[in-house]
Amino acid sequence: MFRLEARTSTPAWFNLALPLLAIGATLVLCSGLIALAGAGVIEAYGVMFAASLGDSYAITETLVRATPMIFTGLAVAVAFRAKFWNIGAEGQLLAGAVASCAVGAIPMPGPLAMLLMALAGAAAGAAVALIPATLRVKFKVDDVVSSLLLNSVIFYALMALIEGPWKDSFSGYPISPPIEDSANFPVLLEGTRLHLGVVAAFVAAPVIWFLIARTTLGFRIRVIGENPEAARYGGIHVERVLISTALLSGALAGLAGVSEVGGVHFQVMSDISPGYGYSGIVVAMLARLNPLGVMPAALFLAAVMTGAEAMSRATGVPAFLSDVIQGTALLAMLVALLFTAYRIRRVGAA
Amino acid sequence: MPAPLIEMRGISKSFGAVMANEAVDLSVAPGEILGLLGENGAGKTTLMNVLFGAYAPDAGEILVEGRPVTINNSADALAAGIGMVHQHFHLAPRLSVLENLLIGIPGKSGRIDRAGGLARLAEIGHQHGLTLDPDLPVSALSIGEQQRLEIVKALFRGARLLILDEPTAVLAPTEVDGLFSALRSMAAQGLGIIFISHKLNEVRALTHRCVVLRHGRVTGRVDAPASTTSSEMARLMCGHEIVPPARGPSTPGAAVLTLDGISTSRHSGMALRDVSLSVRAGEILGIAGVSGNGQRALAEVISGVRAPDAGRMTIAGKSVSRFSPREVQALGLGRIPEDRMTTGLVTNLPLADSMVLPRIGTGAFSRNGLLRPDAIHAFAEEQIKAYDIRCPGPMTRAGALSGGNLQKALLARELAFDPKVLIVSQPTRGLDIGAARFIHEKFLDMRARGCGIVVIGEDLEELLMLCDRIAVMYEGCIVGTLDSADATIARLGLMMTGAEGHS
Amino acid sequence: MSVVLEQIFQVGFLAAIIRIATPLAFATLGEMFSERAGVLNLGIEGIMLLSAMTGFTATSLSGSLWLGVLAAVLTGALMGAVHALFTVALGLSQHVCGIGVTLFSSGLAYFLYRLIFGQQSVPPSIKSFETLPIPVLSDIPVLGPAVFNQFSLVYMAMAAVPLAAFVLYRTPWGLSVRMVGENPRAADSAGVGVIATRFQAVILGGALMGLAGAFLSMVQFNAFTFGLVSGRGWVAIALVVFGRWDPWRSAGAALLFAFVDALQLRMQASGLGHIPYEAFLMLPFIFTIVAMAVMSRNAVAPSALLKPFRREER
Repeated sequence: MFRLEARTSTPAWFNLALPLLAIGATLVLCSGLIALAGAGVIEAYGVMFAASLGDSYAITETLVRATPMIFTGLAVAVAFRAKFWNIGAEGQLLAGAVASCAVGAIPMPGPLAMLLMALAGAAAGAAVALIPATLRVKFKVDDVVSSLLLNSVIFYALMALIEGPWKDSFSGYPISPPIEDSANFPVLLEGTRLHLGVVAAFVAAPVIWFLIARTTLGFRIRVIGENPEAARYGGIHVERVLISTALLSGALAGLAGVSEVGGVHFQVMSDISPGYGYSGIVVAMLARLNPLGVMPAALFLAAVMTGAEAMSRATGVPAFLSDVIQGTALLAMLVALLFTAYRIRRVGAA
Repeated sequence: MPAPLIEMRGISKSFGAVMANEAVDLSVAPGEILGLLGENGAGKTTLMNVLFGAYAPDAGEILVEGRPVTINNSADALAAGIGMVHQHFHLAPRLSVLENLLIGIPGKSGRIDRAGGLARLAEIGHQHGLTLDPDLPVSALSIGEQQRLEIVKALFRGARLLILDEPTAVLAPTEVDGLFSALRSMAAQGLGIIFISHKLNEVRALTHRCVVLRHGRVTGRVDAPASTTSSEMARLMCGHEIVPPARGPSTPGAAVLTLDGISTSRHSGMALRDVSLSVRAGEILGIAGVSGNGQRALAEVISGVRAPDAGRMTIAGKSVSRFSPREVQALGLGRIPEDRMTTGLVTNLPLADSMVLPRIGTGAFSRNGLLRPDAIHAFAEEQIKAYDIRCPGPMTRAGALSGGNLQKALLARELAFDPKVLIVSQPTRGLDIGAARFIHEKFLDMRARGCGIVVIGEDLEELLMLCDRIAVMYEGCIVGTLDSADATIARLGLMMTGAEGHS
Repeated sequence: MSVVLEQIFQVGFLAAIIRIATPLAFATLGEMFSERAGVLNLGIEGIMLLSAMTGFTATSLSGSLWLGVLAAVLTGALMGAVHALFTVALGLSQHVCGIGVTLFSSGLAYFLYRLIFGQQSVPPSIKSFETLPIPVLSDIPVLGPAVFNQFSLVYMAMAAVPLAAFVLYRTPWGLSVRMVGENPRAADSAGVGVIATRFQAVILGGALMGLAGAFLSMVQFNAFTFGLVSGRGWVAIALVVFGRWDPWRSAGAALLFAFVDALQLRMQASGLGHIPYEAFLMLPFIFTIVAMAVMSRNAVAPSALLKPFRREER
């Protein structure tokens, strides 16, 4: 007989081993679907790997893909640390995209435009995240539900904008006018799409790590997430910290939108985010809510997404496999996390 | 003597490295009330949870009327005729009395058998004098009535053996008498009863026989509790004579904490009504009372977590204006909470984090919004050494520590900053004798150094030993304050029912 | 405004409310059973989508509508069991598992649909149920044709509400469900299997979510599209709060939401053409958020919601 037994401490190598274990289990489980689609498992995964990490151009594409998910992953990691259940990174991303697109369309010197785009996008994302946080603090509304519903509201608002005032009257397509050329984020490597936002994401992760691990705000965020009552008795203004967390989380998600507008699309359309907000949850969980872990986790999902498209073209396996992999990875990671709290012990038969 | 109703043979159960029960034998005959006596942590509750199927024993067997049975869960226990009244009631407050009774009872043609339930409830009420209104939600019942419901629930399921885990801890002395007469009536009708307690006088008054546990082992069997002295039983329980720490004479100074006409609204639990009290430097004031009479609200107001609707409070002569934890702490208040796990510590984070939590924003542990990890680590390490907190180090998850060590950690974090006033709730609940003794000595030490201490507690013996004065709370009021020299358990017990007022 | 009022009392408008409310009622009842047992099921959005897909596919391949409904119900129940496995048996975070189940189910639905039907310029559709007028009742003016000339799945939703109330409040199993959601320890000590009861409730909830999905792909749209569910699952979770975890009130909440939704559809169609129709699509969601803000203060969730149960944990 086997039994779960509580652990008192977790070895450090678990931080690396658990996500790898989860990813391994996910790829094994999903190989069933590849086989179902009539393709060779090794071949399909091989194409995925080659297309996402096989050469330097592929790697830059994966980095570009990972960027918005680093931002949303950080947004979710920060929020979940405080047990602020922000499932609204998707809506916050869209809000950030719309705001930065509006600012970027105003003619002004490039660096100023980029700075203002970032500020406007972060502010828009923060404003959206403020809604579920305020509703929770003032009206006890469940933050999961309100942030989820807000995703729909923001999405339809964006649609109304690009079908209405922003609609391209010439072509009739539901896309916004492009931002000024001078506001386009500079490309860092000739011949690739590696833009300034990518660097910003890789800078943001250690900054957020420092904030969580080494500042009093970070300390308070961790404590209100783990035990709000003890925090309250310890003199921490729980509601205030929750609001700060929401603003920070929303701003990070908003920056994901900024980066997509300024560095990839240069305008706003209905499918500007293929669910990067939700992917952020997967990223954050794979990273065990550690901001530094967000970077490799986002790279993994990005590789899966870029690779899945190539795999679909080469083998005919639907590219939606990447969505299945995301969901499976999240569930597998949760199960793997059990090993941090419990160990399996063999109990001798009585 | 008739054949035993229940017999436990050689029961052992361990949690990790802790041996909670070791080779315990125990039996109960029909019509017998067996006392199960032991200190907190002696393994009484674990043993009964094994009997009731909540824990699987590592070794040993259980016999019901001479037949060996396997009890894997409470359903098995109920089927074997064993019922249990837990210390924390197993009731759903928002469901009705009848619904709480009928849970797990098969219905009649697919529906809940309401008529049958009502009839059975009336029958049990008639038999043992245990009446209840079937359609009231449980949240509307008093604690005593909820306990009655738990007993009825067991009888409803045809229990022939009833286990009661510390049933008197939540009752006022008068309610205890009612409970005892009901239990005697049940025993007279042939039921077996196991009465768990650490209160010697109750065991002597009620039980026919008793078994004493210490460190999970049977250390004594008393065949005639009524004629055995308390000190003899105490020796069996503790392994040695209990020598309480001596409380020397005190020379109280100026008042360090005063409450003047404090009233609160009824937010959750009992509200405070016009509470006034004062504690002087070098004095320990006890707050006695049956739980749920406003002690929680009092602790919350003093800790700055709840602002009163009316009244004034001063700490070290300064008026408290905003009632925030940060304010009262800055004025010199330290706090040892009742519930270590929920309002004291952060179990999932390193111990060091919990130890600096109330002072994280001060210069000692942070500067310009940045933490000082070295200072935090050093502080925790220092306190771990000073208080002999048993743990691998400051980075250990707080939740991994034992209760006694956690209480020491909380004590360390408050006392390190030399509080002028200390508010303490149930300081030794759930601790073993050694840890409790350590805590008591620290309090007396603080008293000698001129700290004013408020101890909120239910254990009157502990209060009498520690305190210079004892105030009694009843229904949100202070009904009287006694010098501990004049106080006796009987007198305090009477005041706790609101019967006598003294000032 | 009078134009709007006139439209409310039209047969078409009433019938639209009923049709919009039907999948919401199934989904809301499903979520309610799960939450009443103490398990939040955020997988609802994905479970509805996957069930809609399997139901549509089964009908499309077999030609039998009821076989499709059965497939959808079984899919929902299966995914409910998966959610219960993670949250009840393993005691993992209900929030994150629910999101995981939604991501997984949605991905799987799209994947399998594409695998089975390929990429077609005109999405395949099925011939849906015919309406089933109830004799006599359907002759009542206005109300009759709107309420009693409906699809059989609509009647099932109407019957599901009192049935759910009966099961929850009048049967021993319903009492067990309420008890494990309020105080699992009490249920356990009364000999009720907490894990088993929670599993059953979450699976039943999943089956009801499956019916909701079936209605969407097999009655409302006659096809499976990628935006088929588009937030209806999340709305159902809000409606459970709004309906205070009670079958009757939850159904009432579903009707109220359906009313707002039908109203915005009318507004899209009426003379407000210069406003993009997406602006109206926002309204029901905003309405739901506001309704939650109004109701949540007094709404008391089941005490043990979100709390896993492990017997030996002390």
